[in-house]
Amino acid sequence: MANLNLVQAINLALIQEMEKNPDIVLLGEDIGVNGGVFRVTEGLQKRFGEKRVFDTPLAESGIIGLSIGLAMGGLHPVPEIQFEGFLGPAYDQICSHAARMRSRTRGAFTVPMTIRIPVGGGIHAPELHSDSPEAIYAHTPGLKVVMPSSPYDAKGLLVSALRDPDPVLFFEPKRIYRAFREEVPEDEYTLPIGKARTVCEGTDLTIVSWGASVVQCMQAIEKSSRSIELIDLRTIYPFDMDAVAQSVSKTGRCVVVHEAPLTCGFGSEIAARIMERCFLQLEAPVQRVAGFDTTMPYYKLELDYLPDAHRVTRAIHDCLAF
Amino acid sequence: MPITTAYEAKIERISILDEKGNFDEKLGKGLIPDADLVKLYEAMVSCRQLDQVAFRLQRSGRMGTYPQNMGQEATSLGASYVLRKDDWMVTCYRENCGLFWRGVPKEAILLHWMGDERGNAMPKPHWVTPIYVPLGTQMLHAAGLTMAARYQGLDRIACTFFGDGASSEGDFHEACNFASNLKIPVVFVCQNNFWAISTPSRINSAAPTFAQRGLSYGMPCLQCDGNDIFATVYTMRKSVEYTRSTGLPCFVEMVTYRLGDHTTADDATRYRDKDEVDSWKGRDPILRLRNYMTARKLWDDAKEAELAARVEQENADAVARAEGIVAPEKPDFFNAMYAEIPQDLAVQRDTMHTHSLGQDPSQLPAEAQQRAAELAAESAAAHH
Repeated sequence: MANLNLVQAINLALIQEMEKNPDIVLLGEDIGVNGGVFRVTEGLQKRFGEKRVFDTPLAESGIIGLSIGLAMGGLHPVPEIQFEGFLGPAYDQICSHAARMRSRTRGAFTVPMTIRIPVGGGIHAPELHSDSPEAIYAHTPGLKVVMPSSPYDAKGLLVSALRDPDPVLFFEPKRIYRAFREEVPEDEYTLPIGKARTVCEGTDLTIVSWGASVVQCMQAIEKSSRSIELIDLRTIYPFDMDAVAQSVSKTGRCVVVHEAPLTCGFGSEIAARIMERCFLQLEAPVQRVAGFDTTMPYYKLELDYLPDAHRVTRAIHDCLAF
Repeated sequence: MPITTAYEAKIERISILDEKGNFDEKLGKGLIPDADLVKLYEAMVSCRQLDQVAFRLQRSGRMGTYPQNMGQEATSLGASYVLRKDDWMVTCYRENCGLFWRGVPKEAILLHWMGDERGNAMPKPHWVTPIYVPLGTQMLHAAGLTMAARYQGLDRIACTFFGDGASSEGDFHEACNFASNLKIPVVFVCQNNFWAISTPSRINSAAPTFAQRGLSYGMPCLQCDGNDIFATVYTMRKSVEYTRSTGLPCFVEMVTYRLGDHTTADDATRYRDKDEVDSWKGRDPILRLRNYMTARKLWDDAKEAELAARVEQENADAVARAEGIVAPEKPDFFNAMYAEIPQDLAVQRDTMHTHSLGQDPSQLPAEAQQRAAELAAESAAAHH
């Protein structure tokens, strides 16, 4: 057992799985000698050699396209896209090929691949380094979308992704890369893709969240006088609607919290599903606390954009007061 | 200081059997054994006949949109003839002749255009990827597939095909750059057929050749007459030898011409002059080879008639096989999405005909289920 931050937990998961599975190769911009701009792949090239950990030209579509070929050829590539804002050029390869390959070839070709992507705001980064595009990919059938909120979860979920036979987008919230440490077992463990975690139990209201926002939700809950249940979705697709429905059926009230813009954010899907599954148990309309439908502001105003404990608290009160 | 030359290049063009029947003995003698030449000819005729069959199938509503290969048979065939059977061939959608030469069943291609994904389930032993639709994206996969093979200790290479239009796509340039810098053995083959639907090749490149696109990635580049099977075989042999021995990529432009429409949904008379098309009909790869073989007494009218009857039967059989395949089960498109179907998707699958999308019937209270059944009966009665 070691006390690790999220960066170290991911690094450890990569090392352990690479040792077990010689088919895992890492590629991306600056991931080799430099160890990645966030140092997530620190030391891996030295440890596993340039054949397994290599730098590529600066071309995101190329990185994903090459990875798709590697995966079709029998390997498990782990491409890194340096920031979520640079996913755009790779969109076509991800959605037109990776997501569809199994389906369009009826399983003759598959794309076992884990795309690692630092995501989200809150670190005073430049433009296009702070977005939250997870809903776009959850909306694309054929992909799996994962976003951990803690070092322990990151390791367990990443190991699952590295063993998954289908393409997984593994979003790493950079705001909590080094925000805190927790005990992370050295021993092997996995967390299933598609299962949520109940962070804390409660009876008055349910909060559903994922990624770095889980931390903001915890802060709001700690200050609240009411009994609030917090569900960390952990994976955006497939998502654990049973856990959400069970909790909301119990509490009758729900607040969904995410950094991504409100309209068509994944909170919309959660709210719609709650309508389907918990209509008769609802005591109040589902509330959403999300990023606004604006371009992510530059960092002077980013904290006004991102959901914080204050906004979550307001939503809790609105929902409870209904 | 005087101005010096930082870089200089020339592009060689290879032509062995020209449209007038001139044959370059020096390059062409012994290149293809006579017995193989006959087989290559038969393959081109068969592919051409299938084009005509497919056209009729589309017009009679038995097949969806279909892109004909007419006029371009010698390009992919030359490559396929030269490649090792376990080299990857990563193509677009106008390389039927080369795919069939490798043993890809004709019904697989027909099935794809008949709207059935099972046509893409290319049998592994052929080392080909399924048809690619978006244009220009498959060259990166060719690079990845070959890199994986090298990683596994195999000396397999890849040959990837794309058109003059696709060479404008960003992914094409990224694939060339990746293959070159990461030292991945891929032969890039540009089929310059002069037209990307209605976009003439001069809009896709202002340079005198497409072959020189490879120069900026440090690759050896060749151009050849793509309607001359001798030239495509010669050029591919040189290129494949280079790539296999060095482990590095190279670039080939095959100059050919799309004699037909882009697809059955297109009408090329809207944007092409008849004179231009007619001039290329005289440069047809099949016609050219037939004249050559006839002059060499390898071929005659009787053989031609026998072949015509044979390919007609073979292709009719392929169509019968494609049409005879039982339609896919309806849950097929759900089950194919993931190795293991997510629970939520399974509910959508299981209720697709009985409930609104994604509604888990067990979530409806019993009274509501009863009322829904009554409403359904009410609507049915009103309809009658």
